[in-house]
Amino acid sequence: MSKKILALALCLLLAATCFAGCGDGSSSQDGGSSSQGGAASEASQAQGDASAAEGAIKIGGTGPLTGGAAIYGNAAKNGAQIAVDEINALGGLQFELRYEDDVHDPEKAVTAYNTLKDWGMQVFLGSVTSKPAVATSTEANSDHIFFLTPSASSTDVLGGVENPLTETVEIERKDNIFQMCFVDPNQGSASAQYIYDQKLGEKVAVIYKNDDVYSTGIYNSFAAKAQELEIEIVSTTTFTDDTSTDFSVQIADAKDNGADLVFLPMYYEAASMILIQADSVGYKPQWFGVDGMDGILTLDGFDTALAEGVMLLTPFNADSDDEATSKFVSTYKEQFGDVPNQFAADSYDCVWSIYNALKDEEVASDISASDLCDKLIAKFTSSDFSYDGLTGENMTWDETGAVSKSPKGMVIKEGAYVGMD
Amino acid sequence: MVFLSFVNNLINGISLGSVYAIIALGYTMVYGIAKMLNFAHGDIIMVGAYMCFFACTGFGLPPVLGILTAILVCTVLGILIEQLAYKPLRQVTSLAVLITAIGVSYFLQNAAQLMWTSNPRIFPALFGNGGIQLGGELTIPYKTLVTICACVVIMVGLILFTGKTRTGKAMRACSEDKDAAQLMGINVNATISLTFAIGSALAAVAGVLLCSAYPKLIPTTGSMPGIKAFTAAVFGGIGSIPGAFLGGILLGIIEIFSSAYLSTELANAIVFLVLIVILLVKPTGLLGKKIREKV
Repeated sequence: MSKKILALALCLLLAATCFAGCGDGSSSQDGGSSSQGGAASEASQAQGDASAAEGAIKIGGTGPLTGGAAIYGNAAKNGAQIAVDEINALGGLQFELRYEDDVHDPEKAVTAYNTLKDWGMQVFLGSVTSKPAVATSTEANSDHIFFLTPSASSTDVLGGVENPLTETVEIERKDNIFQMCFVDPNQGSASAQYIYDQKLGEKVAVIYKNDDVYSTGIYNSFAAKAQELEIEIVSTTTFTDDTSTDFSVQIADAKDNGADLVFLPMYYEAASMILIQADSVGYKPQWFGVDGMDGILTLDGFDTALAEGVMLLTPFNADSDDEATSKFVSTYKEQFGDVPNQFAADSYDCVWSIYNALKDEEVASDISASDLCDKLIAKFTSSDFSYDGLTGENMTWDETGAVSKSPKGMVIKEGAYVGMD
Repeated sequence: MVFLSFVNNLINGISLGSVYAIIALGYTMVYGIAKMLNFAHGDIIMVGAYMCFFACTGFGLPPVLGILTAILVCTVLGILIEQLAYKPLRQVTSLAVLITAIGVSYFLQNAAQLMWTSNPRIFPALFGNGGIQLGGELTIPYKTLVTICACVVIMVGLILFTGKTRTGKAMRACSEDKDAAQLMGINVNATISLTFAIGSALAAVAGVLLCSAYPKLIPTTGSMPGIKAFTAAVFGGIGSIPGAFLGGILLGIIEIFSSAYLSTELANAIVFLVLIVILLVKPTGLLGKKIREKV
């Protein structure tokens, strides 16, 4: 008898952990801390609902609020929340924000998207990371819900972009999908251009993750641009999710081929492993990252001295003296306790640009998502619409859905990002 | 130049292999005695690594105490798992136990995710980042030396323990014939529990060494190395203690060489291909004993 009770108790415990593992994380205030857990999100769910405004336009978004990429999802959620609070304080057009956790997983992102749709979402901030965003953008396209992602930079999110290596359009353009961040080819080619202009390296090595659209997208355009500029790439090596712990082969290849600059188009988790392992074999090239490198300084237990001198291109500089930026940074610090990264700034810009697009229009708060989508597409692609934000001035969009703005070069000095020019 | 990079890859292969070997020792030890595949082994490794991480970074304990904490917690955890999940299943088919082990593995992963979140942590470099310089470009990292030494010590220790001591002999007796062992006055249940305790203590050591070499600590840290180490144990002949060591080192070398000279993408595929070939040619593994099936 007692055995049966014990068995039952264990079953219940097991079931409980399964659910807790995928806690819905739609919390609104618990910030960019790395201590997100199922229990915490349940507690603050009530808080999020309580702040719901009457007659507001419902904005949804999905992002990794827990898991390895949680730093991006939480930053984006917090940035968007600040923008929504500011806009609601103005009176007039009101917004209501809800973020769902997708754990950087395409299938969970679609579930999260469906939850948001059931909630009555009218505008979608898309998914924060590329893999999930490719999935949710397809859904949002068929449902005709306006999609403006802060940070999912793959061209597969937008569709309609030619792959420079195969020279074919693999995914059709999804007409209601827009990006606030640079599209990957821009990051790749801008990085190559920057390395060339600043003469940062004679011999370049690239390590990229070839089961990830974000990483391969940047690599493809980097390689194409490097060829055009005649930058010598001496070593190109890859890794996958399963092999993202041991980089000894990739580092040895770069080192043996005498690379003096290593380009790392990947997220900071893998990049941190590379920096640690390169350091242990005494290899010290110039490291050059992309926006996914953002977050390496706040990684738990990582020795930031290893990231000293790492360069990256990012559209946002939290140290800028610009008035809007410093106001955003201080609000963010006050509410969430850390310095915002570019994901927070991008999603802040997303919400504000949607507001700017709608403020002169007659928009009832119960407008259907599809009608709102038509209005927003027309506005975003119209030639007289531009938006000045934290991540760029005079940002414009065209039918491709990609934004046009210019990146800033940043370098890590004494554990902080500093503008390069 | 070519020779240099060859030697360098060999060192890297041995580094990786030594980590597989130390995990494989735990696998093979439990399999050899209890005749069950403890798929939760990889997750006990993860728990051990977390324990050491918290002890060293959270409470600022020196590495030795960190490792001891990890060993203590894992041993208790191992005994607990054995008592709750495996012991009630001692009389049923081995398939049921296998599935239970997979269940325990998921339970541990999810529980870890719940308690410690899945945000990555960087494991501190307990043995320093440097290494022994072998003239010019070649370096053997200290952590590799520590891992290999630990492997050899554990291997010799286990061989002596199972071969010379009374408890060790009791273990081998249980492994050969549980019923006969019981008739000879051996407490089979206690012996198997002890096996799990030792296996889990080894997992704790392996966890610390794994994370010292590859410092990304997440709740699934143990699963891929666990599978690879299982492969290594089968490769060397599961149940054979020197076989686990040999299998681990060889697997590491094969993996590094195939990613260095053939393809980084196909490295894992090649590793498992080698396993298939070995099993086709020599089904008991490199050092496995030939078992005659009684008909």
